[in-house]
Amino acid sequence: MNVHEFQAKQMFGQFGIPVPRGKEITSPEGGAAWAAELNTPVFVVKAQIHAGGRGKAGGVKITKDKTAIPGLVKDLIGKTLITHQTGPKGREVRRLLVEEGAAIAKELYVSILVDRDSGWPVFIASTEGGMEIEEVAAHTPQKIIRESIDPAVGFQGYNGRNIAFALGLPAMEAAVVTPFIQMLGNLYRLFMDKNAAMVEINPLVITSDKKLIALDGKVSFDDNGLFRHADVQKMRDLHEEDPLEIEAGENNLNYVKLDGNIGCMVNGAGLAMATMDVIKLAGSEPANFLDVGGGATKETVAAGFRILLKDPNVKGIFINIFGGIVRCERIAHGVIEAAKEVKINVPLVVRLQGTNAEEGRKLLAESGLKLEVANDLWEAAQKIVKLTGKAA
Amino acid sequence: MSILVNKNTRVLVQGITGKEGSFHATQCKAYGTQVVAGVTPGKAGQEVEGIPVFNTVRDAVKKTQCDTSLIFVPPPFCADAILEAADAGIKLVICITEGIPVNDMVKVKRALYGRDVRLIGPNCPGVITVDEGKIGIMPGFIHKKGVVGVVSRSGTLTYEAVHQLSALGLGETTCVGIGGDPVNGTGFVDVLALFEKDPETQAIVMIGEIGGDAEEKAAEFIKKQVKKPVVSFIAGITAPPGRRMGHAGAIISGGKGTAAEKMKTLEAAGVRVVKNPAEIGNAVKAALGR
Repeated sequence: MNVHEFQAKQMFGQFGIPVPRGKEITSPEGGAAWAAELNTPVFVVKAQIHAGGRGKAGGVKITKDKTAIPGLVKDLIGKTLITHQTGPKGREVRRLLVEEGAAIAKELYVSILVDRDSGWPVFIASTEGGMEIEEVAAHTPQKIIRESIDPAVGFQGYNGRNIAFALGLPAMEAAVVTPFIQMLGNLYRLFMDKNAAMVEINPLVITSDKKLIALDGKVSFDDNGLFRHADVQKMRDLHEEDPLEIEAGENNLNYVKLDGNIGCMVNGAGLAMATMDVIKLAGSEPANFLDVGGGATKETVAAGFRILLKDPNVKGIFINIFGGIVRCERIAHGVIEAAKEVKINVPLVVRLQGTNAEEGRKLLAESGLKLEVANDLWEAAQKIVKLTGKAA
Repeated sequence: MSILVNKNTRVLVQGITGKEGSFHATQCKAYGTQVVAGVTPGKAGQEVEGIPVFNTVRDAVKKTQCDTSLIFVPPPFCADAILEAADAGIKLVICITEGIPVNDMVKVKRALYGRDVRLIGPNCPGVITVDEGKIGIMPGFIHKKGVVGVVSRSGTLTYEAVHQLSALGLGETTCVGIGGDPVNGTGFVDVLALFEKDPETQAIVMIGEIGGDAEEKAAEFIKKQVKKPVVSFIAGITAPPGRRMGHAGAIISGGKGTAAEKMKTLEAAGVRVVKNPAEIGNAVKAALGR
C-alpha cells in the first residue's frame, strides 16, 4: 500500500526524521490560514498523488508571496496531472502539501528495502540526490552505495559510518555526520516497526545552515503487515486506486487491470499470469490479471464475472481452472450458476482440467449456456482469441 | 531415491485443528504419508482423523519422533510457529501459509541461518515425492511416478506442468514448491543441486515468474553444475512493471525481474525455455529424447 508524501512525512516526524513544517491543504481558505501560520520566506505547494514526476508535470509551485497561496491551491486542486508514472489518463489532484522551502546546499539520496537475495534489509544511498535512482544505477553505478543491516541485531553505528564515509559526508559537511547516522537508525526503526516495504528520501538535503531535512518522502507498506497497524490502514486513499481493483479486494479476489480485451479468470497466481501470457501468444492481449483463489466457488466466480464485465474493454472471457483439491464438477456448477446470475453478453471459453474434469466439461456443455468448453490450455486460448478477434 | 521426502518421513502438522490444517492432514494421510502428530496450543489430547494433537512441537517430537513439519498456522503467528519447529529439532519445515509479513520472514530467515534445518516456503503448495509422501496441498492423484523433478514458485501452474508430464508418461520424482514470497527458505539453487544428485531424476522442470533474481541465480548454477536437461517456463511476460501479480514476490521493480530478462539468462545457460506453458511436457520429452 502506498501513501501520500504528506503522510510519509508525518510518519518521519514521529520517528525523529527531520522534515519541513507543512500541512495537508484541500481548500484555498485552508491554504491562506496555514500560510499565515507558517510564515516562512519561501512556500512550496505540492500536489499529492501516488506518482512520481509531479514537478515536471506542473504539480509543484514555489512562491515567496504568501498571498499567492490561495490562488495556487485553487489552480492545483482538481487539476489532472500526467506524469511518467500515472499513465496517459493522469491523476486528479485532490489534496496538496503546503510547506516551508529549504535553502539547499547539497542533495543526497537514501532508501531502505529488503534485499530479496539475502533476505536482509539494505540501505541504498547516493550523492546524486534529486535524480531517479534507476537512472543513477544505470549510468553511474559506482555512485550507488549499499549497506546491508543484520536483522538479528538491527542498525549499528558502524552501518551509519560506512554509509556516511562512502558518501564523503565528513569531507562534504562534517556537522551533519552525527545527525545523519542517527537519522539512518530512525529510518531503520520506521522500516521494521511499521512493516514498510520501501522507504525513500529523495532528496535528503543538507541546508546552507547545515541541517538535514527530508525534502521529499515516499513510503510503501507491506500489505501483509497492515493488520498490525491501524494508523497506516487509515492512510489508505481509495481515490488513488482503480475502482475495479477496490471491488475485487472487497471480494477477496486478486485483480489487476490491464489494457487488453480478453478478461481472464484463473485459480492461482502463477497460472493466472501464465494464462495472460498464453492469450498474448495466441495473438491478443489480456484485459486483466484475476486470481480467484484455490476454491473458485459460485460466489467468487460470480464476483469475478461482475468485475470483468464492468471493464468496457472486455470483449470476451476466458476461464481457466485447474481443479486440484476442489473438483471440477463443483467448479462447473459454480460457473453455471454464476453465469445465470450475471448476464454475460460476450463470448465465454471455459477450460477445466484436473480432478473430474470430464464431468465438469459435460455439465458445462449441457447447461444451455452460450459458452465453449476446452480441455487444453493452448486450444482454449486460441478459441477465445478467435471469438474476439486479434488485438489491433 | 528422491529428494527431501520419502516413505520414512514422519510428519507433524502445525495448526492441525484449523479448517485447512485438518482437511489437508487428512488428505496427506490418505495419500500414504506418515502423518504422526499435530500441534494446536491448548488442544492436546484431541485427535484429528486418528492423529494425536499436542500443545507444543517439543512434546510432539518427544512422543512421536516426527522430523518434518507442515505448517498451516495463520500469518500473524506463523513466524513463531516456524521458529518453534526449528527449535524443537524438526529438520524440514514446510510452510504453506500465505500472507506472512515480509519483515517477519526477514527475522525467521536470519534466525535459521547456520542451523541444521531446511525451510520450504512460505506461500507454497509443499513437497510431494510420488507414491511415497505428500506433504502439502497439491492434488496427489495428478502425479505419476517417473523421472522428472519439478521445482516451482507457483502452485496451480505446477499442477499444470505435472499434469502434462503424467499424461505424456514421463512422470515425476519429487515436486517442490518453493513459494511465491519475496523472502523464502529454500531457493531454486538448493533444489536443483538435490535433483542433480538424485539418481532417479533424469530431467528437471523449473517454473519461475517475474520478480527478484532467483531465476538468474539458478541460471548461473545450472551453467556450472547441472548436467541433467532443464526445461523452464517463466510466467509474467505480459505483466506490467510495478504491479504485484498475486504473489507478494511477483513484481517487476526498477525495471528488474522481467520475464524476458530471465528467459534470456536461462537460455544462455543452456536451459530449454518454453514460451508456451502448454509445451512444458513436450519440451521435457524432447530433451530426454523420447
